[in-house]
Amino acid sequence: MHKCEQFNKICAALDKCEHYQKFKVYRDKVLALGNDSLEKTIAIAVALCLVCAVLVSFSAVALKPLQVNNKEVDMKKNILDVAGLLQEGADIDAVFKDKIEAKIVNLETGDYADDINAAEYDQRKAAKDPALSVAIPKEKDIAHIRVKAKYAKVFLVKEAGAIKSIILPINGYGLWSTLYGFLSLDPDGQTVQSINFYDQAETPGLGGEVVNPNWRALWKGKKVYAETEQGSLEKGAIEGAEIGEPALSLIKGVVDTSKPGSQYQVDGLAGASLTSAGVTNLVRYWMSKEGFAPYLAKVRAVKGVQS
Amino acid sequence: MSEILNDETKKVLTEPLVDNNPITLQVLGICSALAVTSQMSTSLIMALALTMVTACSSAAISAIRNHIPSSIRIIVQMTIIASLVIVVDQILKAFAYEVSKQLSVFVGLIITNCIVMGRAEGYAMKNPPLESFMDGIGNGLGYSLILITVSFIRESLGSGKLLGIEVFKLTKDGGWYDPNGLMLLPPSAFFIIGLIIWGVRQWKPKQAEKADFKIMSISHGEGGHH
Repeated sequence: MHKCEQFNKICAALDKCEHYQKFKVYRDKVLALGNDSLEKTIAIAVALCLVCAVLVSFSAVALKPLQVNNKEVDMKKNILDVAGLLQEGADIDAVFKDKIEAKIVNLETGDYADDINAAEYDQRKAAKDPALSVAIPKEKDIAHIRVKAKYAKVFLVKEAGAIKSIILPINGYGLWSTLYGFLSLDPDGQTVQSINFYDQAETPGLGGEVVNPNWRALWKGKKVYAETEQGSLEKGAIEGAEIGEPALSLIKGVVDTSKPGSQYQVDGLAGASLTSAGVTNLVRYWMSKEGFAPYLAKVRAVKGVQS
Repeated sequence: MSEILNDETKKVLTEPLVDNNPITLQVLGICSALAVTSQMSTSLIMALALTMVTACSSAAISAIRNHIPSSIRIIVQMTIIASLVIVVDQILKAFAYEVSKQLSVFVGLIITNCIVMGRAEGYAMKNPPLESFMDGIGNGLGYSLILITVSFIRESLGSGKLLGIEVFKLTKDGGWYDPNGLMLLPPSAFFIIGLIIWGVRQWKPKQAEKADFKIMSISHGEGGHH
């Protein structure tokens, strides 16, 4: 009732308004015109655009908060998933808050940048901001992403004070689209726990199989960096230095686990050699000195000192 | 029900289900029928979204049909359809995020779904809003019926599930059913829709098209000139 009265009041006010009266006269004039007259054609086009624009922008603005919230929950879900903590029916917010700590890493030095608020930092947005990003020289840009943010947002899974896994954001170009995902590593910064692409538009059924749980399961236990006699993990960790170049790659066909080097190999995606090459490149890029290698070296060094 | 619905409404609601089905008879909207039918959940949402868009756009276009200048007729229809599709997309993103991620571009592609344009141009431009709305619902239901049938076959045979719930135990989980991988790929929908069209035309021979030409036998010299 109250709303009705208000509506009537608005109508009454409109009736008094001079411009509205003029509009009404014009509207009646236009509607009476022949459908093919130029004036009516333009008037109808303008009016239709106005109505549609209001409708579209109203729905976009009114539903924005819900959509933003959905996106956040979805992102948390992806992180919990790659950390192996996702359980059916669990309260995602609570688990996330309890187990996972977001940290900002300076990619150049590999140090934590604690002056940046991790909760508010958005790495994908920062990559588009010239002040917060750096262009990647063409010869180094194997992942074809052109720019990267100076600071990366990593996630640590902690249990009883000790790091259980390190979750690193990765992205790179596949066949049609830039793939965005997370790679989770053991605290040694070398052994893969899981990989998860949350945003991609590769061919469904072929390259789109990067989201297939069976394929993702193949990554578990694979090694990122080539270990040699001199630069084995233990030795590298003590010196706090890097332990070789990233060697992990996708190969054509199925990995023969009996052959040496199979710990650096994952089955390629059948029928999607370009997406597979893209995944290899983006993993290698982000694990190289351009990406997280300095950070992972420091994580290992800290661990070496402690133990 | 019969008192509320007059004959015309009943006709536009029920005819598109089998007799004038947009997919099997008019062979419209095939692209999305191939793309979203590997799972029943996405098909259901797609069917609902398309039905809503067709019904609302038909009603809106019909409401202003007497004032649409013929020179910009198609653009006016497209603008209305596109706006509604964006609204539907926004609603899905807000209330059914998971599904909207799976449907991705296909919601946006409702704009180009021939069924929506077809009904706007073929029915809504000549009939009053309420009937046009019902016609949109009817055609949406006809589309939905095929989509759900196809996705029922594809999901059950392709992954042993219905609506994500296991119905056949797969061999890899120690069951008996070896899933048919072809069913998960879009081309399988071609075969299924083809079989459905064949089945419907066997059942209702009226729907079968007359052959464009007949192959003549020349053994009796009927051809005349060689």
